[in-house]
Amino acid sequence: MAQVFYPSANTIARVTLMSLPIAIIVIVIAVRTASESDYVTGVNFAVDQPVEFSHEHHVAGLGIDCRYCHTSVEDSPFAGIPPTETCMTCHSQIWSDAPMLQPVRTSWETGQPLRWNRVHDLPDFAFFDHSIHIARGVGCVTCHGRVDQMPLMWKSQTLFMQWCLDCHRDPYPHIRPREAVFDMNWTPADNPEAQVALQAAHANIRTEGLTNCSACHR
Amino acid sequence: MSPRTCARLILALVTLIAAGCRDMYEQPKGDPLESSSLFDNGMLARPLVEGVVPRGALRDHSPYYTGRDQNQLVVQAPVPVTHDLLKRGQERYNIFCAPCHNQNGDGQGMIVLRGFKMPPSFHDERMRAVPDGHIFDVITHGFGTMYPYAQRVPVADRWAIVAYIRALQLSQHATLDDVPPQVRQELIQRQNESVPPADSPLPSQFPPVEEVRDE
Repeated sequence: MAQVFYPSANTIARVTLMSLPIAIIVIVIAVRTASESDYVTGVNFAVDQPVEFSHEHHVAGLGIDCRYCHTSVEDSPFAGIPPTETCMTCHSQIWSDAPMLQPVRTSWETGQPLRWNRVHDLPDFAFFDHSIHIARGVGCVTCHGRVDQMPLMWKSQTLFMQWCLDCHRDPYPHIRPREAVFDMNWTPADNPEAQVALQAAHANIRTEGLTNCSACHR
Repeated sequence: MSPRTCARLILALVTLIAAGCRDMYEQPKGDPLESSSLFDNGMLARPLVEGVVPRGALRDHSPYYTGRDQNQLVVQAPVPVTHDLLKRGQERYNIFCAPCHNQNGDGQGMIVLRGFKMPPSFHDERMRAVPDGHIFDVITHGFGTMYPYAQRVPVADRWAIVAYIRALQLSQHATLDDVPPQVRQELIQRQNESVPPADSPLPSQFPPVEEVRDE
């Protein structure tokens, strides 16, 4: 009977055994990287919508305040998606026969709401309230990115729990004075007065409960 | 273990893992404004049945909710006009009105520059003479090409906006004699030094508005 194992089998066995842990490490890293990639989290991917609404045009181009459309953001958990009436307030007069806006007009005539696709969708087991974040000085930009530079809407943050906790553990670097919350361009000014204002805004936050499980899972 | 049992076990395991991954993300409950196949128009949120009054929210015929007193538009807003109310009115005006009416109320807002029908300036004689109730009424029900803002601006904010529009009107027709003495000094000083005015149209020492209105 011929020999089953040639001498080279020793080398092959050693290399295989040694590369096993390396393979495991590579797989783990690959899976982690993939699961945090923009492709999986949806960050920086524009979401298809029934109407190609441009925040860039309406916010940066026309100077319309966030709250003109997202009316309930200051006093309810939900920021509010504007009803067709809000679009038609201007578009009954302006671009009133643009093909791009046909779904808006159809919705207005039939009473069937537009079906926007959600860009920022938290899992149902996470509780989130816009109003308290606004009241305590978290700017729109902090979570939603430079919306005034987005021709189509995309996520600028992962909305991972890790990301929420980064701020809940230490809110100070992420907050701004209340009057700057809706300001797209705001950056912390480098003067003592601004620092005092920030300190005051920070003093407004009760940090001790922010990392309790029940703060967000209730 | 037969291959068949083995395949079943693997399938069960995969199903369990897959189920454990996502099902709590999408729970069988409705998020605000989510769609639903339950109703004809696809909306989960239900509008109130017409004529329903939520408990404790009766919009009676008081001037505060209608801007009218026995069918006559109220001449003066039925709320105390304070500095805080004016600040609130300024903020709300700049959000909801300034796109068309412009920040100074002359009707040359950004949307008008883009082709919307120009509204009358708040500073012409007719608009200066209208009763407060008229402005409230227009915000609530719309006027001409202007859509109603009742869904977007709550009643308290509408009166704040009315008060602020009155302040805007005053600002374009005020003389130095209308300015309270302590602010007058500051203004004269500024004029002499030709210092540009502060960003806010309301100086911090803005006088109590009741005084201003009586003129």
